[in-house]
Amino acid sequence: MIPVTRPISRIGARLIQLITFIGALGLLFRDTFAVTPRMVFVKRGRRLAWSNLWFQLYRVGVKSIGVVGLVTFCIGAILALQIGPILDDYGVASQLPGVIGIAMFRELGPLIGAIVLTGFAGASIAAELGTMAVGEELKALRSHAISPVRFLVVPRVLATIIMTACLATLSNAMGVLGGMFTANITQGMDYGVYLNATFESAKALDFVTGIIKAAVFGMMIGGLACFYGMSVRGGAEGVGNATTKTVVISIVSLIMVDLTFTFVFYTLDL
Amino acid sequence: MPDETTAPSALPADADAEPIIRCINVTKQFGSQKVLHDLTLNVKRGERLVMLGGSGAGKSTLLNLMAAETRATSGQVIVNGRNICSMSDAELDKHRTTMGVLFQSGALFQSMTLAENVALPIREHTDLVDRTIDTIVKMKLELVGLREHADKKPAEISGGMKKRAGLARALALDPQIIFYDEPSAGLDPVSVTEVDQLMIGLNETLGVTTVVITHEMTSAFRIAHRLVLLDQGKFVAAGSPDEMKNSDDPLVHQFVHGLTAGPLTDRRDDCDYLTDLLNPQR
Ligand SMILES: Nc1ncnc2c1ncn2[C@@H]1O[C@H](COP(=O)(O)OP(=O)(O)OP(=O)(O)O)[C@@H](O)[C@H]1O
Ligand SMILES: [Mg+2]
Repeated sequence: MIPVTRPISRIGARLIQLITFIGALGLLFRDTFAVTPRMVFVKRGRRLAWSNLWFQLYRVGVKSIGVVGLVTFCIGAILALQIGPILDDYGVASQLPGVIGIAMFRELGPLIGAIVLTGFAGASIAAELGTMAVGEELKALRSHAISPVRFLVVPRVLATIIMTACLATLSNAMGVLGGMFTANITQGMDYGVYLNATFESAKALDFVTGIIKAAVFGMMIGGLACFYGMSVRGGAEGVGNATTKTVVISIVSLIMVDLTFTFVFYTLDL
Repeated sequence: MPDETTAPSALPADADAEPIIRCINVTKQFGSQKVLHDLTLNVKRGERLVMLGGSGAGKSTLLNLMAAETRATSGQVIVNGRNICSMSDAELDKHRTTMGVLFQSGALFQSMTLAENVALPIREHTDLVDRTIDTIVKMKLELVGLREHADKKPAEISGGMKKRAGLARALALDPQIIFYDEPSAGLDPVSVTEVDQLMIGLNETLGVTTVVITHEMTSAFRIAHRLVLLDQGKFVAAGSPDEMKNSDDPLVHQFVHGLTAGPLTDRRDDCDYLTDLLNPQR
């Protein structure tokens, strides 16, 4: 091959890889949404799907509650410590609760919750499905004419969507509490005053946009984890790779999507 | 149960009727590699067919085609009078419920108990109430001798038991055909015999058509009504156990007796090795 063309062909190969990846992921999401209604409307699909969903909700969400709560409480405290003095310099120390509230509701609550969930649920879903792929369990499902997407992917993706939204709400609350306690200690701000100020600045719209974001984050975490898990080939090493990829790619895409959302909300003046 | 020395019993009387599986000029290609070449094979209803062949001969590929796991590159696979190559995905799913496949590892769902494993296909494909399903599950597990272990997880049982549990699950929807890919791989001699007798028993009592891939010659001869030998994607011999045992064909002779000298091994060429060694580029 002529040396000049080599980088071009390499870029081309990368591009094809990326397009294939996006295409395959898109197909998975399409299938997921195509079969979800069966869970509600078709009796046979319903029986298996619901018991499965409860279990997934528990496994995805409940274990992460403690960590998410702790992390976001600390984030609230950190924000209060960092921003408090600056606001004080400008003589607007009373604005602190509003700043923290909006930062948490719009941005940090959903994002931090999602990142923690990536480590908890994303990694474990990818490892679980990867092990199933290696053990021929996916093949066995297909041979029994049970769609792996409906049986495995739908409950997991729904569970991550619901749980990221719930965890985002928890994160918001914990962040505000973290800020509140810190402001009380450092600036002697009264709890009641702090909470009032928070809800004066942070409105329902801030909360709702945050939750919408969180739901999309959840869909990404669940979808990527299932995608990488089910594509595992070749033993334990493949499972490890899938887990790593899930976590890294999830976090990168979370931030990218977050940026896109923020930009869109900003231009729409929401 | 037939013991180990007697010849397998004859085919059921109506076996001359329309074959349950017909592969007509089937070819399968992976990329540029042609794995199956223009194969034609009939499996009779109620027959126990054993497929023999060296590693990479294409046995699993052929079995996957017949079990509707993959589609042929060209040719037709006709099961119960219907061409499965031209079925839509939905039809194929429906068709799959009439067949059972026993995977090499058993492929049990690790997160479920044996009973739940067997119940899963029934839950999915029927409207039966839970009590009825429980009863069916117990019956299937009893068939393979695992009823006492119904509440264990796959990780808690031995390899032979996993195979049998996988078989119970394959039986869940009362299939007409069961495919076994190396059912005796990795089992001790006693478990091998147990699994063999189970396959024969199911075939004789329920009339399930049975297609088996195995590397164990004793099992092969014990099970088979008929054996076929695959080599490099082509059939090189077919016949009853006696015909195969006494065959003059050097290839069959070598394979059946596991000899190291013969047409199967002569293919490897020392010339290649020398040029390979002296040629550092490759
Ligand atoms: N999904 C696949 N993609 C590409 N090549 C494949 C695929 N499956 C099988 N092959 C190739 O087809 C050939 C036949 O494979 P197959 O699994 O049918 O052999 P086999 O007779 O079952 O061997 P063994 O006794 O080792 O199980 C092999 O050379 C293998 O590399
Ligand atoms: Mg094989």
